[in-house]
Amino acid sequence: MQSEVMFAGFGGQGILLSAKILAYTAMEAGYEVVWIPSYGPEMRGGTAYCMVIMSDRPIGSPIVKNPMHLVAMNRPSLEKFAPVVKPGGVVLINSSLIPVRSQRDDVDELAIPVNDMAIEAGSVRSANIVALSAFVARSGVLSIDDLRESVKKEFARKAKLIPLNMEAMDRGIEAAQNA
Amino acid sequence: MGKVLMKGNEAIGEAAIRAGCLNYFAYPITPQSEVAEYLSRRMDEVGGVFLQGESEVAVGYMIFGAAGCGARVFTTSSSPGISLMSEALSYITCAQCPAVFVNIMRGGPGLGGILPSQGDYFQATKGGGHGDYRLFVMAPASVQEAVQMVMEAFPIAEKYRNPVMILGDGLIGQMMEPVEFPEDLVVKPTNKDEWATNGIGNRSDDSPNLVKSLFLDPVQLNSHNLMLKAKYDRMRREDVRYEAYNTDGDYRALIVSYGTMSRVCRTAIDFLKEEGLEVAMIRPQTLFPFPEEAVRDAAGKAGCQVAVSIEMSMGQMVEDVERSIQGRCPVEWYGKCGGEVPTPEEIMDVVRGMLKG
Amino acid sequence: MGKTFKRPEALKDNPTHYCPGCTHGVIHRLVAEVIDELGIRGRTVGIAPVGCAVLAYNYFNVDFQEAAHGRAPAMATGIKRVRPDLMVFTYQGDGDLASIGMGEIIHAANRGEKFTTIFVNNAVYGMTGGQMAPTTMPDQRTSTSPFGRDVQAVGMPVKMAELLAALQTPAYITRQSVIKPKYINRAKKAIHKAFSYQMENRCFSFVEVVSTCPTNWGMTPLDAVEWTENTLLPYYQLGDCKTPEPREEA
Repeated sequence: MQSEVMFAGFGGQGILLSAKILAYTAMEAGYEVVWIPSYGPEMRGGTAYCMVIMSDRPIGSPIVKNPMHLVAMNRPSLEKFAPVVKPGGVVLINSSLIPVRSQRDDVDELAIPVNDMAIEAGSVRSANIVALSAFVARSGVLSIDDLRESVKKEFARKAKLIPLNMEAMDRGIEAAQNA
Repeated sequence: MGKVLMKGNEAIGEAAIRAGCLNYFAYPITPQSEVAEYLSRRMDEVGGVFLQGESEVAVGYMIFGAAGCGARVFTTSSSPGISLMSEALSYITCAQCPAVFVNIMRGGPGLGGILPSQGDYFQATKGGGHGDYRLFVMAPASVQEAVQMVMEAFPIAEKYRNPVMILGDGLIGQMMEPVEFPEDLVVKPTNKDEWATNGIGNRSDDSPNLVKSLFLDPVQLNSHNLMLKAKYDRMRREDVRYEAYNTDGDYRALIVSYGTMSRVCRTAIDFLKEEGLEVAMIRPQTLFPFPEEAVRDAAGKAGCQVAVSIEMSMGQMVEDVERSIQGRCPVEWYGKCGGEVPTPEEIMDVVRGMLKG
Repeated sequence: MGKTFKRPEALKDNPTHYCPGCTHGVIHRLVAEVIDELGIRGRTVGIAPVGCAVLAYNYFNVDFQEAAHGRAPAMATGIKRVRPDLMVFTYQGDGDLASIGMGEIIHAANRGEKFTTIFVNNAVYGMTGGQMAPTTMPDQRTSTSPFGRDVQAVGMPVKMAELLAALQTPAYITRQSVIKPKYINRAKKAIHKAFSYQMENRCFSFVEVVSTCPTNWGMTPLDAVEWTENTLLPYYQLGDCKTPEPREEA
């Protein structure tokens, strides 16, 4: 079974990092994974997107036209990728910055104010962790406990940021379950 | 040591260190600058040499100098940079120095683009620089395979006293996959006293060693070229590598594809199998020496109606595929370039279309 | 009576292919004598250029590499970085160093690479048959400046020693000549100093040697010496352009 998650947003929103934490968690859980960034000038301030593919078999094509899931952190990302998400996938919409919806009735749409929640958790910079946790909790692609361990490991060298990110995680998970 | 999640470019740098290569010279160019960024820190940690040269031209000769005095040495670059190093590659090959060059290909010609491409197939396998020379060219299809090929490249370069090129593409450099660094691939460097300029006083005999590429006497130059040719023939006999996919049963079409492109083809083959259409693939892991026999045999199997070379380039490898198949079945090409990568769905359509027509 | 004049160990017993009146032979000998005096023959690597000295390895009795045109400083960098214990020198002409290899020499000097460059400046391309070089004098006739070097069209001759001395990185940069015995003695001292700085891992060292090319200048060897003295030396003035700061004694 293979599933693909597209993370997309502005450069600087931590898109690559949240995708990397997901990929790492999947690898630790025994899956094959590929993490594929967009790169080049667009890295610097423009749109950034990053695909994570996880599978229980060796991964063939790293090019996927229709991802299973989408985490959209800004409006251009939602407009670009929402139409191509596979039916039944999760579409997470950062409603703090995106006033519109996916226009799809065959996906599991989850619109939550990711930026506002991150500010409440202590810093807008934890928005990517709020979104990642909400996505994992909603989709069930990986265990939340495993994800928590990966987030701690990622911030091990900046340990003072761990409580902030744990708080961000709690808020993301809660929102995914209550929405 | 277990698996670690690493970006291709960083994994390539680490693989060289694990293989015992502690000397790296390079010039930044997208999409492989992370190798230099990674090694600028790592070489310091392991007591190796890191130097950012003033140009790819200069870097090519830093590699030549270092290889000529017997050190294990490598560089990484991307297409336009490899063009600039091609002069040095011609000299290094003639002077028979082992060294490893990694090309993380981007779209060309000219400045082109920075996205993945396979447009340097000819440059890598047929020349680039002047004269009758060949590089030993390996093409990884995953980050793990890139690691293994980098580690194996040093002993192969030393076995043949010839540069080895790892021909990857932007995706191999940019994506992250879990990797391991197999310790059984670590091979001790060969003794180079017979030819390297490592100082007369450091050797047992008292005659100077000479690393050179000038042979003004036509008889000498001809015999030098014959000797080089004998090495390339030996590569063809001893070190051809490829992966055969879905070749056991009967199939109606054969795909030949390498690197990232071959992964897309593998997925297309899996999907087509679900539809009941059997397609096989030969994936060259060495582009020179090219797996001529394997391609010929696979294309000659009863029931195979067409062979198609699928590339992120405008029909380069297809020439080697045609050469290998020698008319045993029709040979077609399909490809895109400049950063456009054909999807599995597209390849399925292409194969179906070729079988209909 | 013992031998008072013998071949340095760092030279092979081969007659050179250089033209009558050419100074390469003298410069080879000076370098070889210095290698002998410093006792470094066993760990010296020379780099031959593309130019008349491309076959220098036929004469020097030390390890040698042969560069592509202009790239000797990059090769020397490669060797010296991976084997700092080796003594490395490049031996380059003016077409090689000041034209096609301008980038490599400037960057190697600016990085302060710890090797020595012997730069033989005779104001003309030698091996290819006397074409104009960046160092060719104003109005000097060559096979590609048949009406004389037109400085309006191609600029003034490049003073490499002064150019390199303008870099901020410490170095030993000097210009010498070998056209007369008094110059030869000074040149020998400079080459000795250059190799010594390398031995002490102090700095990049560069010895420009103003030389003759009677064949391509279309002169007799004697006229070539006179022309060098009267035309080249006033423009390419001899002496040190830059020396490293004296070392503080421990």
